[in-house]
Amino acid sequence: MKLYLKIWRQKDRVSEGKLVEYTLDNVNTHMSFLEMLDTLNNQLITNNEEPVEFDHDCREGICGQCGVVINGIAHGPLKNTTTCQLHMREFKDNETILIEPFRAAGFPVKKDLKVDRGAFDRIISSGGYVSVNTGQAPEANTIPVGHETAEAAFDSAACIGCGACVATCKNGSAALFTSAKITQLALLPQAKEERDQRALKMIAQMDKEQFGHCSNTEACEVECPQGISVLNIARMNYEYNRASFLKFKK
Amino acid sequence: MKLDAKIPQGPLEEKWSNYKKTARLVNPANRKKLDVIVVGTGLAGASLAASMGELGYNVKAFCFQDSPRRAHSVAAQGGVNAAKNYKNDGDSVYRMFVDTLKGGDFRAREANVYRLAECSVNLIDQAVAQGVPFGREYAGYLNNRSFGGVQVSRTFYARGQTGQQLLLGTYQALMRQVDKGSVQLYSSHEMLDLVVIDGKARGIIARNLETGELERHAAHTVVLATGGFGKIYYLSTLAMGCNGSAIWRAHKKGAYFASPSWTQIHPTSLPQSGDYQSKLTLMSESLRNDGRIWVPKNLEETRLANDIPEEERDYYLERRYPAFGNLAPRDISSRAAKERIDAGHGIGALKNAVYLDFSKAIREQGQAKIAEKYGNLFNMYEKITGINAYKEPMMISPAAHFSMGGLWVDYELMTTIPGLFALGEANFADHGANRLGANSLLQASVDGYFIAPYTIANYLSDQIKVGKISTQDVAFEVAEKEAHEKLHHLLTIKGKYTVDYFHKKLGKLLYDYCGLARNKEGLEFAIKEIKKLKEEFYTDVNVTGTAGAMNAELEKAGRVADYFEIGILMCYDALTRDESCGAHFREEYQTEEGEAQRNDEQFQFISAWEWPGMVDSEPILNKEDLTFEFVQPTIRSYK
Ligand SMILES: Cc1cc2nc3c(=O)[nH]c(=O)nc-3n(C[C@H](O)[C@H](O)[C@H](O)COP(=O)(O)OP(=O)(O)OC[C@H]3O[C@@H](n4cnc5c(N)ncnc54)[C@H](O)[C@@H]3O)c2cc1C
Ligand code: FES
Repeated sequence: MKLYLKIWRQKDRVSEGKLVEYTLDNVNTHMSFLEMLDTLNNQLITNNEEPVEFDHDCREGICGQCGVVINGIAHGPLKNTTTCQLHMREFKDNETILIEPFRAAGFPVKKDLKVDRGAFDRIISSGGYVSVNTGQAPEANTIPVGHETAEAAFDSAACIGCGACVATCKNGSAALFTSAKITQLALLPQAKEERDQRALKMIAQMDKEQFGHCSNTEACEVECPQGISVLNIARMNYEYNRASFLKFKK
Repeated sequence: MKLDAKIPQGPLEEKWSNYKKTARLVNPANRKKLDVIVVGTGLAGASLAASMGELGYNVKAFCFQDSPRRAHSVAAQGGVNAAKNYKNDGDSVYRMFVDTLKGGDFRAREANVYRLAECSVNLIDQAVAQGVPFGREYAGYLNNRSFGGVQVSRTFYARGQTGQQLLLGTYQALMRQVDKGSVQLYSSHEMLDLVVIDGKARGIIARNLETGELERHAAHTVVLATGGFGKIYYLSTLAMGCNGSAIWRAHKKGAYFASPSWTQIHPTSLPQSGDYQSKLTLMSESLRNDGRIWVPKNLEETRLANDIPEEERDYYLERRYPAFGNLAPRDISSRAAKERIDAGHGIGALKNAVYLDFSKAIREQGQAKIAEKYGNLFNMYEKITGINAYKEPMMISPAAHFSMGGLWVDYELMTTIPGLFALGEANFADHGANRLGANSLLQASVDGYFIAPYTIANYLSDQIKVGKISTQDVAFEVAEKEAHEKLHHLLTIKGKYTVDYFHKKLGKLLYDYCGLARNKEGLEFAIKEIKKLKEEFYTDVNVTGTAGAMNAELEKAGRVADYFEIGILMCYDALTRDESCGAHFREEYQTEEGEAQRNDEQFQFISAWEWPGMVDSEPILNKEDLTFEFVQPTIRSYK
């Protein structure tokens, strides 16, 4: 198939970017979206032009490194699918495809389609863990966790940290990402001790970054490759209120 | 050089505790004055960096991804082994030790393997305490599944994302230390060289991948936990950025490289569908529990799978290995597939695959049951191929997956360069010539949490007197200059072909001549061809952009430049080992039925290669003899 691509090109953090048009022939429908971009890059290099920088690593939907906005949708048209798992059979011959970086105030563009998601690391760093040192752990089966609880914790823990939720949200909110970690740990008995502090600290960090507020449009859940539920956000709000109330009482 | 593995004295069960009893310690007040560089933040690197930070050392951690959470440990699906014996099915540390040693075809050290099994129980405790949501029974206790090559259930899992969940637990422990300031994190940084001063590892040269700047980092000890290099085959189950560069640069600075040619080729990956393809996706091995593998008996078969009658199908694993059938170990299954494909029975557009058929299981158990067990895999298969595997068989084929080889390390995980340690898939230590499923998440974690914190302290105990290491040392200057020149050289070639063009060619050569099956003639040919290809690369590659900015092509070019040299060493390694063992199958050394023929008399050793000092000279072979005091080597048979 033949494609008309409009791709965001931006030299570095400070330069202004713009959309550049490319035509690509001989695209195979079995290619993944990133392999289509590889093909474009090979063509560019052969013409001595600079290839398009885009993020990717595992190319199997689990590392969360890839992600671009395709025709206005984070990770493209297929539901619950990362950009690397999207295949060209989802597009039509002669289609024009608009490819942009994940845009949000909290994710500054580094170059072309690559954005800086360091804020996610800082949110985890502020409290998204259990404070257990190596060697301190008790025998694993002394902490039973019901099957349903473990499964629910897993559902939240499955987040791959790609940032599609932020890119999709009209406010650029990181609520889904942050709430998934808060919820996972709030559910587990081994993480209960730090529950209140964790919620307060992680939310404070989230607010400190350039992310917007959650206004419950629920668009994030729709685009999340892992199908992380917006119920996590409700849980986060509950955890926050609970922690604030307890703190106030003290 | 005489290789001393420094195995502690005493009975097998007491070696590790004896070591820990006598290992030297570092006074807590001194720890923050000791600098530790950890390259890699996968399970091995992140667990070490977190543990060392907790102990109070001054740690710097590096990774090339934009966050430590994306290291390729994240992609492991199946599970992690531990000898907890929760199922009361007769498992024990000793049994796990024997299974692993045997699975590795008796090409690993007894003491290391025993320690791996011994520490496995602690890993599960640690991960659970961190909040890793392992699969649970209804009563709330941890659940297990069984995995290839063993008769007990010792595999812990978090659905099909065990690696991700273990890594996130480790990553969170790491980020906690980052918050405390005991670990400084350098994401989007790539190590380009190791700095050795007075014979000791004292730092690295790293490139900031966003700005292109070269940086010098000094430390009292350097740890490489940079993962596997199976991406050398281009098509593999590894991530695009996985590389052998860090360990290769260390090799060129004096670290021996052990058994580089021992690569595990996984039998159940999705086949290549065209030459644009960039990676092969693994389909969990668990599918082989219910799927039957076959190829058409006819050559040049043109009918669709469902139109080929039962009697015209060759269920070759069931035919050749009736006892294990479709569950034969990885090396054997992959080789059997290759044998059929080479004989012209391959299927699919490129005739490079075999069928994995669920029709019998669906008939017997119902589609709902199969969906419950493998639904996510069937969905993934459909996403990638567009094919509904409930209706027609999957197509699978072997793919490069895991590097058993890596930097040679002693019992302390120290390489032949004093002060340089190698952990996780980057070292060669525990898996012998073939790794058992679910043992490598374990090995990476155990190396980082439970072994290296002791052995590195033992090394650091007398380093406090050395004082701060200066990045102004001439060794840093030289290393930085060399790194700089190498990058600039790549940019000035301005040839006709892309980096990928060369990488694909190299991968094909290695698959064909140093992959599932090897022979003398082929290996000699490959060495010549790779040398030629390398020359062509240095005259005809086109790397665009500059070194002073983000430049993914330049990163790739540097890695591929190293891959040529690693590829050549792999061929030498395979060529000098005149036997078949584990994943290393030399066609000249097989039984009449086509099974691997080991030669313990002559090859019961680890090949530890030494850099000859000059590109294009023959590498120097050193041998570490393996002695088996506690278990006598037997012949692996899965008939
Ligand atoms: C698809 C797949 C499935 C698997 N499934 C299983 C399984 O079910 N069970 C099991 O036990 N094992 C499994 N394995 C194997 C297992 O996942 C790996 O062996 C293990 O995770 C390796 O961990 P590591 O910490 O050594 O390396 P990695 O996790 O690969 O980490 C390497 C780190 O090094 C960094 N790095 C590399 N080079 C450089 C450089 N030059 N400069 C700076 N940083 C660098 C990277 O950024 C990364 O942080 C699987 C492997 C694959 C590929
Ligand atoms: S590249 Fe890893 S999720 Fe897409």
